[in-house]
Amino acid sequence: MASMRDIKRRKGSIQSTQQITKAMKLVSTVKLQKAKNRAEQTNPYFNYMYQTVTSMLAKSGNVDHPYLKAGGSDKKAVVVITSNRGLAGGYNSNVVKTVTASGLLKEDVEIYAIGSKGHEALSRRGYSIKADESGMIESPAYENAAALCKTVLDAYTNGEIGEIYLAYTHFKNTVSHEPKLMKLLPIEFDENEMEQAAGSNVLMNYEPNEEEALDTIIPKYITSLFYGALVEAVASENGARMQAMDSATSNAEEMISDLTLKYNRARQGSITQELTEIIAGAAAIS
Amino acid sequence: MADESRIFEVEIITPDRVFYRGEATMIEFNTAAGELGVYKRHIPLTTVLAPGIVKIHKDGEDDVIAAVHSGFAEILPEKVTLLAEIAEWPDEIDKGRAEAARQRAEERLSHKTGETDIKRAEFALRKALIRIDIAK
Repeated sequence: MASMRDIKRRKGSIQSTQQITKAMKLVSTVKLQKAKNRAEQTNPYFNYMYQTVTSMLAKSGNVDHPYLKAGGSDKKAVVVITSNRGLAGGYNSNVVKTVTASGLLKEDVEIYAIGSKGHEALSRRGYSIKADESGMIESPAYENAAALCKTVLDAYTNGEIGEIYLAYTHFKNTVSHEPKLMKLLPIEFDENEMEQAAGSNVLMNYEPNEEEALDTIIPKYITSLFYGALVEAVASENGARMQAMDSATSNAEEMISDLTLKYNRARQGSITQELTEIIAGAAAIS
Repeated sequence: MADESRIFEVEIITPDRVFYRGEATMIEFNTAAGELGVYKRHIPLTTVLAPGIVKIHKDGEDDVIAAVHSGFAEILPEKVTLLAEIAEWPDEIDKGRAEAARQRAEERLSHKTGETDIKRAEFALRKALIRIDIAK
């Protein structure tokens, strides 16, 4: 059995770790609230954008537009959104896993990393990293998303890449987040949704003409997806960290109560031993 | 009592918030094809926004004015929705910053070099001018 002093020291160290995890949990709870509000505020814009684009494409079905058909290149750009900090449970590794398990060939993939954790993990696995925009995740701003979107779209229109994907964590609610890999370009919509959109809407006119409208609206649509993903990823990160820290705190609690029990037993044991020694000593003298 | 038959819904949505939601009798804004004024029962139209001032006219109330830069508008007979990347109220605009931006843009346009992105500079200039205009 470990000595009393060892147990006490161990308990102390667990206690201070618990204090840290507790504080981290509180911090990420506050951050989660903020990020959640933000994600909710982005939603109307994104939903409206999605509706408009779907109904536009539903009607202009077979327009021969570069954004709607695959480019010439085999290269695939994947924008991977992770966090810059760890201690968030499986948050980062889940996103990385969706990329590695996606069936996209490693040689064809070019990673645009947002978040240094994803960057490190993927470059270690031998993916080629095209750009690192990790600063963006600290405070997601629409302008940043727009700038990244422009870089990626330029590469797409130049024919350097043929497809664009987005890997991020979808924020369902506070306790459930789901890593996702989404194909952005060329755009593929669900047939059913297309039909719905086409049926429900009145005959729409476009000004200037449809193709020019597509030209301006699709980049905005992609940007809004980037931005939405960024905001959701931040919310998911904090949610994941909150959960991880919560379970760490309760694990520490368990260990402490376990150690307290052991400590008390050791204390009792040593008292008993002392008593036995004294009694034995006294018996020897008399 | 406002005349029901003339009132329609207006929404201005930006990535960060629902900027404005309310009723109007007429709305004016700037599109890529020129200025546009919309009353109720306009034909359905989707159009690209150009930087400009949005003026929302109301019955018996003051007009609502805001600056909107880039985005698009969806016009339906009963509803007008502006999806704007940037939208600002007049009192949110930092006049000094807009003035500085105007000078910068003018500078770039008057000393053109091969590297000058003229389109971008013009866009910046227009944005700055609108901000200065509306903040007055």
